[in-house]
Amino acid sequence: MIPGSMIPGSMIPGSMIPDRMIEVLEAATANTVQDIGRTGFAPIGVGRSGAMDPVALQVANMLLGNATGAAAIEIQVFPFAVRFTTDTAFAITGADSEPRLDGVPLPPWWAAPARAGQVLRLSPPRDGARSYLAVAGGIDVPAVLGSRSTHLRSAFGGFHGRALEHGDMLPIGPAAQPAMTLGAAAPERPVGPVLTVQALPAAEHDAFPQSAREAFWSAEWRITAQSNRHGYRLSGPELGGGDGFNIRSTPILPGVVQVPPGGAPIVQMSDANSAGGYPKIATVIGADLPLLGQARLGSRVRFAKTNYEAALAAEQAVRAYLARVQRTIGLFRRNGAPG
Amino acid sequence: MRISPLGTTALLFEAPGPAALASQERIWALATEAETWPEIREAVPGMNSLMLSFVHPPRQLAPMEARLRDAWGNGQPLQQQGRVIDLPVVYGGESGPHLADVVAHTRLSVDEVVELHAAPVYPVYALGSHPGYCYLGGMDPRLTTPRRRVPVMRIPGGAVSIGGSQTGVSASDGPSGWNTIGSTSMCFFDPARSPPALLQPGDAIRFHVERVIR
Repeated sequence: MIPGSMIPGSMIPGSMIPDRMIEVLEAATANTVQDIGRTGFAPIGVGRSGAMDPVALQVANMLLGNATGAAAIEIQVFPFAVRFTTDTAFAITGADSEPRLDGVPLPPWWAAPARAGQVLRLSPPRDGARSYLAVAGGIDVPAVLGSRSTHLRSAFGGFHGRALEHGDMLPIGPAAQPAMTLGAAAPERPVGPVLTVQALPAAEHDAFPQSAREAFWSAEWRITAQSNRHGYRLSGPELGGGDGFNIRSTPILPGVVQVPPGGAPIVQMSDANSAGGYPKIATVIGADLPLLGQARLGSRVRFAKTNYEAALAAEQAVRAYLARVQRTIGLFRRNGAPG
Repeated sequence: MRISPLGTTALLFEAPGPAALASQERIWALATEAETWPEIREAVPGMNSLMLSFVHPPRQLAPMEARLRDAWGNGQPLQQQGRVIDLPVVYGGESGPHLADVVAHTRLSVDEVVELHAAPVYPVYALGSHPGYCYLGGMDPRLTTPRRRVPVMRIPGGAVSIGGSQTGVSASDGPSGWNTIGSTSMCFFDPARSPPALLQPGDAIRFHVERVIR
């Protein structure tokens, strides 16, 4: 068989060399190509999309010398497996899905070289919800409206605008750095039965009855099964008073917590609409949104009221962590990784 | 007027008074000015509202809020003369599952709802929600029906719906809290097209009654 002949439409004309690819061997539904997200098109109704845990995405890219916002595979349904059709390097971050390369286990938040033909398998993680598989050079699908993130609703971006399926061949871009084995320190994140995320009061917060406000900030909310990359629908006490509003639709962003008249709040996540008309009680701060992106269906979350200054400080801490990781990786790459 | 933060990512400006074309024209003008400010990444008009997202979150919000108030106070309406597109609508039946809810809430008959809905030329105030979706002004206030208590997980593209005092047409399948009263077919968005969105603020939609299913 001619090399590459089984890769439809991806040959360089006249060439016998197959493109650099990874092949999806095993995929349930809902795993997609995501990068750092899409900005600039909200005025025509296009939301941000992008990784639910952008910190994990960025570290995976740093480990490979990619642009930090490059496209990777976001895996939220397991097991998942790919075969490399070329010698390359890959990194796995986010939820620890016990990656095995041809059966050999790898640590979490780790990058390693892969040879053509090797198979990487990910298992359901014990903690966390989403793993990121990045490859050296990034997943090289065409950028649509400035991003490679999959926009499922309008079926563009990512791999043909859809979730990955068995047999998909994903193109890989040219690697910027030589393949290397190295790891990164995962960010220190809270552990425990109830995740606490910080949030700022939003536009209609003060217009809710006091009882609803108190319930919102004090309750332990459960993330229901009707939650996805679009939004997390929460169950808990019914927040009364939300039906007293007939507000106009305003632009919104991931992190905004809307309360429909039924009284069950919805946290907008990466695939959130760019506008909404339910009253906004709060906005989860950017620093804590990745924690929510790793929260599992059925788990519990609490909202802690914070202020703008504290939210800025929390974001500064995330940036400092990323800068530290980047610096450490740079040292390893110059001096050679130990071990 | 209300200015409130959306986390540290953006400020939301909401104009006083009801949504009306004159007010929306000032929103468009404010957006045009604010997107030239170097601190601003996106200026996104909504219904009688404007979101400004930051390149970097400012240390303090007060100066930006003051600047917004000034620009709103000094702003002149930006009139946009757009085109009008005609959309045939099948009201009711399977494609209008919530028509009965609108009838029940408004205490109008099916015919009255359809007649009032298809009468105006609806100016596009803003795009948002999902790609290519148009927020329209000009709905007869008698049709006002609250958003659904629990949003529907999936309504199809082409769905014509009412949410509060607003009406619109879904550009693609997706969740919605609005009441679907009919359907039409039109490609509102294609990322390969330039521009990707069929309509822009200042354009307008006219609905034609193709059929009413009772």
